[in-house]
Amino acid sequence: MAELLPPAANPLPVGPAAAARRWMALRRAAGAVRGSKAATVGAAILAVHLVLAVLGPALAPYRYTEFHMTHLLEAPSRQFLAGTDQFGRDQLSRVMWGARGTLTLAVVSTVLGEALGVTVGLVGGYYRGVVDEVLMRTMDALMAFPSILLAMLILTSLGHSPTYVVAGIAIVFMPRAARVLRGVVLSLAASEFVDAARARGERGWYILFRELLPNAWTPIIVDTTIRFSYSILLATSLGFLGLGAAPPSPDWGLMINEALPFLNQAPWLALPPALAISSAVVGANLLGDGIQASLRPE
Amino acid sequence: MTTAAPLLDVRDLEVVYRTARGPVNAVRGVSFAVAPGEIFGLVGESGSGKSTVGLAVMGALRPPAAVRGDVRYRGEPLLTKSPAALRALWGRKLSIVFQNPGSTLNPVLRAGAQVMEVLQEHEGLDRAAAFARTVELFDAVQLPDPAGVAGKYPHQLSGGQQQRVSIAMALACDPDLLVMDEPTTGLDVTTEARILELVRSLRARTGAAILYISHNLAVIAQLCDAVGVMYAGELVETGPVAEVFARPTHPYTLALLRCLPRVDAPSAQRLLPAIEGALPDPAAPVTQCQFAARCPMAEDRCRREPPPLVEGLPGRTSRCFFWEKVPAPDAVPAERVRAASRTVDTGTAVLEAHGLTHEYGMPGRRLVPVLGAPPLRALDNVSLAVGGRETLAIIGESGSGKTTLGRCLVGLLRPTAGDVMLRGHTLPRRPERWTRSTRRHMQIVFQNPDLTLNPRRTVFEAVARPLELFGGGTREDRRRRAAAMLEAVKLGARYLDRLPHQLSGGERQRVAIARAFAADPDIVVCDEPTSALDVSVQAAILNLLAVLQDSRGVSYVFISHDLSVVRHLADRVMVIYRGSVVEEGRTEDVFASPRDAYTKALLAAVPTLKTPAET
Amino acid sequence: MRSLGFIARRLGALAVVLAVVSVLVFAIVQLLPGDVATEILGTSATPEDLAALRLKLGLTRPAPVRYAEWIGGVVRGDWGVSLLYQMPVRPLVLEGLGRSAVLAGLALLIAVPLSIGLGVVAALRRDRLLDHAISTLTLIALSLPEFVWGTLLILLFAYRFRVFPPSSMVDPQASLASQAARFVLPVLTLILALLAQMTRMTRASMIDALRQPFTEAARLRGLRPRRVVAHALRNALLPTVGIVALNVGFLLGGIVIVETIFSYPGLGRLLVDSVNHRDVPMLQMATLLVASAYGLANLGADIVYAYLDPRIRY
Repeated sequence: MAELLPPAANPLPVGPAAAARRWMALRRAAGAVRGSKAATVGAAILAVHLVLAVLGPALAPYRYTEFHMTHLLEAPSRQFLAGTDQFGRDQLSRVMWGARGTLTLAVVSTVLGEALGVTVGLVGGYYRGVVDEVLMRTMDALMAFPSILLAMLILTSLGHSPTYVVAGIAIVFMPRAARVLRGVVLSLAASEFVDAARARGERGWYILFRELLPNAWTPIIVDTTIRFSYSILLATSLGFLGLGAAPPSPDWGLMINEALPFLNQAPWLALPPALAISSAVVGANLLGDGIQASLRPE
Repeated sequence: MTTAAPLLDVRDLEVVYRTARGPVNAVRGVSFAVAPGEIFGLVGESGSGKSTVGLAVMGALRPPAAVRGDVRYRGEPLLTKSPAALRALWGRKLSIVFQNPGSTLNPVLRAGAQVMEVLQEHEGLDRAAAFARTVELFDAVQLPDPAGVAGKYPHQLSGGQQQRVSIAMALACDPDLLVMDEPTTGLDVTTEARILELVRSLRARTGAAILYISHNLAVIAQLCDAVGVMYAGELVETGPVAEVFARPTHPYTLALLRCLPRVDAPSAQRLLPAIEGALPDPAAPVTQCQFAARCPMAEDRCRREPPPLVEGLPGRTSRCFFWEKVPAPDAVPAERVRAASRTVDTGTAVLEAHGLTHEYGMPGRRLVPVLGAPPLRALDNVSLAVGGRETLAIIGESGSGKTTLGRCLVGLLRPTAGDVMLRGHTLPRRPERWTRSTRRHMQIVFQNPDLTLNPRRTVFEAVARPLELFGGGTREDRRRRAAAMLEAVKLGARYLDRLPHQLSGGERQRVAIARAFAADPDIVVCDEPTSALDVSVQAAILNLLAVLQDSRGVSYVFISHDLSVVRHLADRVMVIYRGSVVEEGRTEDVFASPRDAYTKALLAAVPTLKTPAET
Repeated sequence: MRSLGFIARRLGALAVVLAVVSVLVFAIVQLLPGDVATEILGTSATPEDLAALRLKLGLTRPAPVRYAEWIGGVVRGDWGVSLLYQMPVRPLVLEGLGRSAVLAGLALLIAVPLSIGLGVVAALRRDRLLDHAISTLTLIALSLPEFVWGTLLILLFAYRFRVFPPSSMVDPQASLASQAARFVLPVLTLILALLAQMTRMTRASMIDALRQPFTEAARLRGLRPRRVVAHALRNALLPTVGIVALNVGFLLGGIVIVETIFSYPGLGRLLVDSVNHRDVPMLQMATLLVASAYGLANLGADIVYAYLDPRIRY
């Protein structure tokens, strides 16, 4: 006689195959984007920037170093849709060429900074003790510098180049991402499934990578998308200060710096790069906000 | 009482939630009445809609909830009142007390201030008068040092004290109707008993009617005059509590009563009659009796049309076509009992502990020694022994150290002193040094089914991992053995590729049990494995544990605060209070004639299904 | 007794962090390429002169020794001599600090109350027109870096409408009104970014408080809506302290940019100049000061929070 519960009449479909599951966090994020109007708009804006980054040089009417000595500091016209700078270079083309540098920089530095921060946060949050103290105090020390100050310091000691900007921004992001991830790990590590793994005698690295990390992907993705907007801000600010790419590179921040002395005579010069920067950041913020709102457990 | 005009008259109450997946019926066809001064109990499991009813009768539900039906307070319709009119009633004539006082009291305001605010709002008292009245109220709810408590913040009070403050706040303006939604869930048994006592005395003193919502049938039996049983959003039975529990007129009520382990009588059978099947989908339209799929008495008619709520016996209603045929709970059908055939292996103990002690250091002690603060002793010199095929239960309330004990036994926590011995072999005190074969023999099942499985791992991965760690063999081997384990916990191979969020709480707990048993351990520590589960699911899980013990010969260390479950399952019990063992012995000896004062107090505090009229 | 220990521990932590910061500053700055001696003497100097100067400046000694000397000097009050200005660092840096403090103080004074108000209002009118308007405006304000805002503001108010001056050089002889006018654009630029950040964070914190069970419980006690909101507000204000502290960090970064755009002679300008000219003593000191300011702001926030939150205080 059946005293025990027979299988419940469960109408749910069978779970996804193991391979598809590996990308589950990303798919959830993609679903979150689709589900949020803000995130979709943000993603659309960023898609435009992405196109510019990839195809900019091909689409631009002129090369970014192309001088037109007879058209110095000209207002926008049909020939030069956004006007020309003090060297007669077409501002629109320069902005389009510059997309590649800025976006690559932002993406790489965000990913790198997040990766570094995640590692520190995971290790500190799981192992606790002396390791955690040392790591967190170091992170605190790094965070004691306002972001731009730290980046400036790093860049002046390493040198002015986009590569070092990536390093600088990554180092600035590392402690912040580490803090967030450490919090995530601390709360995850208190879960029963981690206790179950420890009761099986699983080794530390197994628990870290096979039990904890797969559950951390969603917060990592959310954190990364939020940082992405800040990386664009930081990168262009550093370019403005002259610490990034050197002239004649079409770095957007640098272009605004170069436009400053001519602000009275040629106010249109500053607008294209300003518009480019702000649209990219707005897009990134919308995307980040939307994803965060959708993925937050309500 | 039945002839007086009802204070609260509910007719055909229906609540529908608009969700992204479409409309979901939370509550349907609920009709009952509460007379002035009556305590009406609303009992049901999770998903029954009882809490929703509690909020709905207050008029408290807002979109996306759509409320239909007729709720009359003192003859006046409630659901059509304006927000201002409702505000005039809330806190003054209609009050509600929630389940978790820690989160319903504002943590940044003093307890007294929160009560005074209600008095100032509704009765226009000035500060001095409000304070005086608050102290009176705190005294009435039996808070020690009422004036002192008024000046404290919620986090400085215990759970029981916080709940008393909530009750005082609800009673401040002498309401007619008090809705109490699981007010003692989460409190210790002894605290719960005192709060129930308080509720009874308050009703006697103030004459307020109470709508008492709970999943605990015993509490309802002790406290309430009348009861309504809810299942799947519907009211399936109402009536005076003693009559309903002695002679139910709905198969669900009967099934609930029978699958409950009893604390006041020795366990009659090894396996409880559990309720088969699962709840129906709340989003699906109602075309039949909601309980038909799980009902042993169901006939064709039940599957073709939904039964209405009808008056069966006088003063009682029932939502069953065949209410007359529902038997009394004591007349247990013969085929549902299986005679227990267990022998406990006497001889060398499988698991022993000697003098286990665990102290918690003060936080922050790492770098700077704290002056004078003594460390907290969670466990103090605890010794135990468990034989083969034996179930030793550890009974204790919160803070007793029982969870600490369980964790020390399976090597999740390092004891400050004492030893654990497995089959006579002393294990290293530091769990990091335990060998894999040691680990294999000791497993643990946890309380909370939500996080007991890794959300990112399939059922197969969860169950097969111990096989991989402790066994080996190819992936196909493991898949077959995992499927076999799932069969053993009555889930079946088609669960292999599912993820935890696709499973119910009971199903997850079964997978956790399968995972624990996969490595074929000798000892399984069960840390409150059914405390977070519904009563019907609990019965099935307890049965599963019993069957697995019989077929595989494991021993259990069963940690629980629930004395009825312990009496049903355990061979021997050990009572822990503040980290020390106060009593131990064979289950029946301890329950029938306890020696220690604390044990006696515990047993006296546990509510039983016998209503006060019967005792 | 408990609070004293709490403050003592926090101060101790701050001291540790500042010590590490000073080491980091020293290490990074020492990595600077470019030779200090060459900076001072110019590229036409002979190798012997350069070597002599290096010896005189003590650059040939090992790093830990130089660090110890520097830190010892800092503690004693001897903050070195600026290579760029050929003056003691201390008065320069303190003067710059004072000027930057004026900017920062004005910005905070205006932005904090305004953002709390806006954030609370947006949360109360959640998902309605006012909230959408506030959220959109803050998003836009947030999305432009300070230097873009500053540039746009200069364009608009200094050149197009000629209301305020484009640069904020200090001119003691100018009239009070004219001096005050110099502050408007830089402070406005700072406020914009601050306002956006803090409004969003306050809004989020208020929405969270409104969703808490105790707010709903307060509603169901029949309290008038104003009192229910007060319940939520009391709780939402706690994280505001942390929000302000966090934004002091953003503010300090913003000051660097804003002082550069508007040529305002504050600590940020000194920082940028010392970075560009490898003025090591000035750079070290200015960085240490900025980091200390941030650390103290956080410490202050911790203390205020601990005082306000009864769960910590009692």
